[in-house]
Amino acid sequence: GQQDVLAGLGHGAVSGRTNQNSAVHLGSTSDHVLDVVGVAGAVKILVCISKTPDTTAKIAFTDNNTKFAAGGVQWIINPYDEWYALVRAIELKEKDPSTIIHLITVGAADAEPVIRKALALGGDEAIRVNSSGSDSFTIASQIAGVAKEGGYDLIFTGKETIDYNGASIGGMVAELLDLPYVSLATKFDLAGAGASIVREIEGGEEVCQVALPVVVSCQKGMAEQRIPNMKGIMGARTKPLKAVEPVAVDALTSIVSFELPPAKAGVKLVPADNPEELVRLLHDEAKVI
Amino acid sequence: MSVLIFIDQSDGQIRKASHEAISYGAKVAEMLNTTAEGIVLGTVTDSLQELGKYGVKKIHHVDNASLNHFDAQVFTQVLASAVTAAGADVVIFSNNVDGKAIAPRLSARLKAGLVAGAIALPEITAGFVVKKNVFSGKAFANVAINTGIKIISLNINSYPVTEVGGSAEVVIFDTTVNEAKVKVSSVNKVTGEVPLTEAELVVSGGRGLKGPENWGMLEDLARALGAATACSRPVADAHWRPHHEHVGQTGFAIAPNLYVALGISGAIQHLAGVNRSKVIVVINKDPEAPFFKAADYGIVGDVFEIVPKITAAVKKLKGI
Ligand SMILES: Cc1cc2nc3c(=O)[nH]c(=O)nc-3n(C[C@H](O)[C@H](O)[C@H](O)COP(=O)(O)OP(=O)(O)OC[C@H]3O[C@@H](n4cnc5c(N)ncnc54)[C@H](O)[C@@H]3O)c2cc1C
Ligand SMILES: Nc1ncnc2c1ncn2[C@@H]1O[C@H](COP(=O)(O)O)[C@@H](O)[C@H]1O
Repeated sequence: GQQDVLAGLGHGAVSGRTNQNSAVHLGSTSDHVLDVVGVAGAVKILVCISKTPDTTAKIAFTDNNTKFAAGGVQWIINPYDEWYALVRAIELKEKDPSTIIHLITVGAADAEPVIRKALALGGDEAIRVNSSGSDSFTIASQIAGVAKEGGYDLIFTGKETIDYNGASIGGMVAELLDLPYVSLATKFDLAGAGASIVREIEGGEEVCQVALPVVVSCQKGMAEQRIPNMKGIMGARTKPLKAVEPVAVDALTSIVSFELPPAKAGVKLVPADNPEELVRLLHDEAKVI
Repeated sequence: MSVLIFIDQSDGQIRKASHEAISYGAKVAEMLNTTAEGIVLGTVTDSLQELGKYGVKKIHHVDNASLNHFDAQVFTQVLASAVTAAGADVVIFSNNVDGKAIAPRLSARLKAGLVAGAIALPEITAGFVVKKNVFSGKAFANVAINTGIKIISLNINSYPVTEVGGSAEVVIFDTTVNEAKVKVSSVNKVTGEVPLTEAELVVSGGRGLKGPENWGMLEDLARALGAATACSRPVADAHWRPHHEHVGQTGFAIAPNLYVALGISGAIQHLAGVNRSKVIVVINKDPEAPFFKAADYGIVGDVFEIVPKITAAVKKLKGI
């Protein structure tokens, strides 16, 4: 059925029918940086983690091109979520050990190995919203629901999932929470009661400052890739990973079918001693120059 | 009823990506038997009337200097009121940096379904279905938007700029503009170069070029073609070239008309960023290099010998 269409995507397919508006208590919100009390407490970060097929996975579809052929596929943490969002959060915690990092993934039970892998890199605990997902909006709504309860100062997402390529969830979460959104960040630092961020803009970059809380989408530059060590892997086994039920929300979009791009006709090789012929072909045949 | 196109400006100028978005929006309006309207935020120096030649009939202009700097939250609020004012049921963005930041916000605000990264016109015979890029260019998904208002964010270089002739009526759109919560302290733009993501021709180099000192020959070819330059990830990681040239799974995804790969093996993660290029040329000394399988034209040989000859032939062709 339609619910299963997305089952293979990192996004997953959301049923949107589960009517358990579960309250998620992630501890007190009183350590919020912006609290009127003015006591600068621990910074609380929520890192959004999605699972995605390995970058070398063969992309194919079954069931009349409505389902991703997940058989034999190796699942990884979406690279942007791991290398940039999560590792930057870990670096902030290394600077200030009072920092609290929670990971969130919206997905069925089969998302657990991937979130455990993320916990092996770092983070204090993880939340899995038990929904097999259906579109960006339903996933964003689940993240926003948990974030509202948790009183986070920072919400990090990756720049985009490498399977759905939406680059949408961060912006949606920010809008649902009425928070500022700094997209495509390449550097992030805490500064006073806020953050100083470098972000990509069209044809360049800019430096900006913003008070917390804020939603940030992370890309290359934020942090350096790390490999989990034995201690991390062992430690991750005992870190809390709780499953919570999704809030009821209707999807706005649905995937009807998938297609593979038409196969290339094959390369036309030009002899190495006649590069002028290549230029002629590009001009006369391909008409691109 | 109308199709509302977000016309992105930067430093007062309307970008090519917006010309594509307007052309696309005008076609969608024609398909739906309605009119294409545009919205521009901030001060502009380019003529807005002239954009009518791409098929937009009416442009709502919020001529407010506090909008000269892009802010996702502020822009979303203004756009939401423009959607109401224009009675829009389809909203078009360019899937560029700005579009990626506001289209999802607007979607969540209006509970309007979004297809981000569209690569074709919607199918409207059964529902409203838009084809988008998924699996980093390795596949497409046909996505149905099931809400009254529909939002499409169009990938760059996916729809041709189309001149249909005409002039747009420009109306001032007066609306409250909030103060941005994100304060920008400095801006650093690469000037005078076509941004990589918008470039129609791209010349790219990999580890096969051996070192940064050898990029002169690549730049000569790029200059002769009028192309932007790009590189593979190890090249950017080794700081041979700036990070903003890195294409692939973890860098920029581009879709130029021509992508020329010099000394790049064609790893699957590299291909993910360039496989939507219309024509791919590969020059590599290894006939087994995987890139040849994704290429349209190729030369098996040494880049150091071949590239200067190609540059000379291009110059001859162009009379330069
Ligand atoms: C999760 C992940 C994400 C990644 N993301 C990216 C990404 O975004 N972008 C990216 O590019 N890579 C990415 N990579 C790395 C990718 O797997 C390859 O390692 C990389 O693309 C190789 O770069 P290259 O082709 O420049 O170098 P090489 O693979 O070393 O290839 C050099 C090529 O040059 C040829 N050559 C050498 N000398 C000459 C000569 N004189 N004349 C002609 N040809 C010559 C060789 O035959 C060879 O094919 C990623 C990897 C992973 C695991
Ligand atoms: N199912 C999910 N659970 C948690 N976070 C997600 C999920 N899907 C996407 N995200 C986050 O949102 C980012 C953007 O996703 P997308 O809009 O799909 O490109 C990803 O890089 C993740 O950080």
